[in-house]
Amino acid sequence: MSFLDLDEFLIDLAAQVEVVYSPVVDAKEYPENVDVCLIEGAICNEDHIEMVHKIRARTKIVVSFGDCAVTGNVTAIRNQLGLGNQENVLQRAYVEAAQLNPCIPKLDGIVPPLLERVIPVHEMIHVDHFLTGCPPSAPRIKSFVSQLLEGKAPQLTGTDIKFG
Amino acid sequence: MAAKTLTINGQQVTAEEGATVLQVARDAKINIPTLCHLDGMKDVGACRLCIVEVVGTPKLLPACTTVIAEGMEIKTESDRLRKYRKMTLELLFAERNHVCAVCVANGHCELQTLAYEQGVDHVRYDYLFPKWGVDTTHERFGMDHNRCILCSRCVRACVEIEGAATKSIAGRGAKSKIISDLNEPWGEADSCTSCGKCVQSCPTGALFNKGSTVAEMEHDRSHLDYVVTAREKKLWVTHA
Repeated sequence: MSFLDLDEFLIDLAAQVEVVYSPVVDAKEYPENVDVCLIEGAICNEDHIEMVHKIRARTKIVVSFGDCAVTGNVTAIRNQLGLGNQENVLQRAYVEAAQLNPCIPKLDGIVPPLLERVIPVHEMIHVDHFLTGCPPSAPRIKSFVSQLLEGKAPQLTGTDIKFG
Repeated sequence: MAAKTLTINGQQVTAEEGATVLQVARDAKINIPTLCHLDGMKDVGACRLCIVEVVGTPKLLPACTTVIAEGMEIKTESDRLRKYRKMTLELLFAERNHVCAVCVANGHCELQTLAYEQGVDHVRYDYLFPKWGVDTTHERFGMDHNRCILCSRCVRACVEIEGAATKSIAGRGAKSKIISDLNEPWGEADSCTSCGKCVQSCPTGALFNKGSTVAEMEHDRSHLDYVVTAREKKLWVTHA
């Protein structure tokens, strides 16, 4: 959502990039030869593992985009519950908090099995750049993306880095 | 008292015998990053952020507890120092649960500020995700062990400035913990005077005023310096 705060810069951006894959692009398969991928969110289930490996293999520049991807952030708080926490998490979400049909979905392909630990993206694949923030603010995204468009390795220093 | 002459980053400085490298550097307007140091309290060299290179010594020495000597040659910035400072900060982040996005001190945190200064944009070590609790038994203050970096500022503020000695450190290594009295819930610690100096001294969101939510907890770092100056110089001003 913070990306949309880029306002009119989005129009300039649209002229320079082709968005080939995203939750709002109607592409089922992550394509080959992608220049840049901004990964949002940490790795928390088996689908994510498959996805990040595919992204790494098919992408030149991989960016951890936002605190969840960079640190695990709030999504990794369940790690504090120790091993086996995924059972508790599912129990809480699908049984205790459910108003209709309380049961944990067990059929294949419905809910990807959760991992024992939520991990930041760079614990699994090589990440080229990190843009922290929860969320990263529009000016910081703009500065970061602009440097990428110029073909530079984005240099974030001082106040350009911001957790939380 | 005898004067000592030394160089810091090639700049010649003179200071009184017994002064620390940190004091001399600050007087000469040379910035050395610190985390466990707080004006008005004794230094303990706990955080290792203020490490400096001293010619003739292979080890890196903490500026806050290293006393100056005649002819010392000190470097406060180098690739080696930057490397270790960054590593130290990353290890602090990995050791407990510093979830900035939901922390009371977000935006007013010395750990965050130092991370930005030293270019920490991610942590290369696996996070430990330890299980720690939050003590909210005190009427006015809370202690979140998830955010504690064990700098011991609160312990020193409590014993040195307030004279209550409620706070201390129990355990060893990463499992060390700030405790109240004999490891009792803070609200039941009889020696606590509820002065709040520990809260003002905390660099992160570990100690906070109850009722503060995300990013609302701003610590008043100058408070202790103010109290010390008032006592020693009978002046109710900051930085006399």
